Amino acid sequence: MTATATSPDTSAAEVPTFDVTLRIRRFDPDAKAPVPYWQEFTVTAHGTDRVLDAMHKVKWELDGSLTFRRSCAHGVCGSDAMRINGVNRLACKTLLKDLAPHKPIVIEPIKGLTVVKDLVVDMDPFFASFREVMPFLITSGNTPSRERLQSPEQRARFDDTTKCILCAACTTSCPVFWTDGQYFGPAAIVNAHRFIFDSRDEGATQRLEVLNDSEGVWRCRTTFNCTDACPRGIEVTKAIAEVKRAMITRAI
Amino acid sequence: MAASTPTLAAPRSPRRARRPNTELYSWVFMRASGALLLILIFVHLFTNLVSGGGVSAIDFGFVAGKWAKPVWQVWDLLILWLAMIHGANGLRTIINDYATRTGTRLTLMGLLAVAFAVVVVLGTLVIFTFSPCPPGAPADLLPSFCTAG
Repeated sequence: MTATATSPDTSAAEVPTFDVTLRIRRFDPDAKAPVPYWQEFTVTAHGTDRVLDAMHKVKWELDGSLTFRRSCAHGVCGSDAMRINGVNRLACKTLLKDLAPHKPIVIEPIKGLTVVKDLVVDMDPFFASFREVMPFLITSGNTPSRERLQSPEQRARFDDTTKCILCAACTTSCPVFWTDGQYFGPAAIVNAHRFIFDSRDEGATQRLEVLNDSEGVWRCRTTFNCTDACPRGIEVTKAIAEVKRAMITRAI
Repeated sequence: MAASTPTLAAPRSPRRARRPNTELYSWVFMRASGALLLILIFVHLFTNLVSGGGVSAIDFGFVAGKWAKPVWQVWDLLILWLAMIHGANGLRTIINDYATRTGTRLTLMGLLAVAFAVVVVLGTLVIFTFSPCPPGAPADLLPSFCTAG
């Protein structure tokens, strides 16, 4: 008793726990009648838990058939993008306490791509667009015998778009992509931007040519959904605008 | 043995021919015409509604007097053409965005083209063939320069 009175209590306070309800959009392709439906799960979560922790609890303790993607679970791999309370986010970067957990948390698969099962979508169209902008270094001539040097300013020119983790949160938040699956989508343009503005790269013309299409950058309506959705904080709409500007200066 | 390197086709030879810059020019036009229309329309609104006699001064004589001057003919023609192309191009984009079925898209595009042509042709005709002094009209309704007889 006297000890506590003289020295401050340094032991960590117990993390508060609360019950949280997850309302998950489910789809089982192997069911007799494969129709999407909603299912609610209530789990006990800690105040420091993320949405992914609550989903793990559901999968591990309540219903093992719940299907979703996740790899690193720390916001780097970009596997667990999903629509949480109507906004595209990474389940591993979204804290439950930030989502008003006294209400059910609505979790859906990202929009615009075919749902394979529960929260798993077919990412093939997304990666096909990514491949089409040639996301690799294009150079001519002989390979130099040392590094291709670049000044810090030249590196800073495209720094923002190097942060992309290809989670598809931006592309599947884009209303143009929802109605027109042919649109390249913000993610492909971001990754083209990363090379177009790289001083070491010589393929800018080819990439601009690919994106100078009615399904390319000109489909962008600058709704800024992608910028809001990006879990890495990339200024996606700005990057798209810079690609547009590069095309206009090239043409005029 | 001759050490010759076999020539291989570039692995990244473009799959499609060079794309036309149609969408690019359409995008630039939307920005340029939008900025120009802001000036055109607000000057139009000011001269019609604020300056001079204001709203109450608008009558047949006022409009006829304006269209008798070439500067207002060109001004109104610019507003008509720019606004119609700007608007039609905007609707074209919206149709392309949301009409997924080819039939629906072609129908809507056709309706848009017809509406565009009718308004532009009719409007241009009116601006250039407008008669400020129709014969037999009461002189108090006509612009002051009419020598109504």
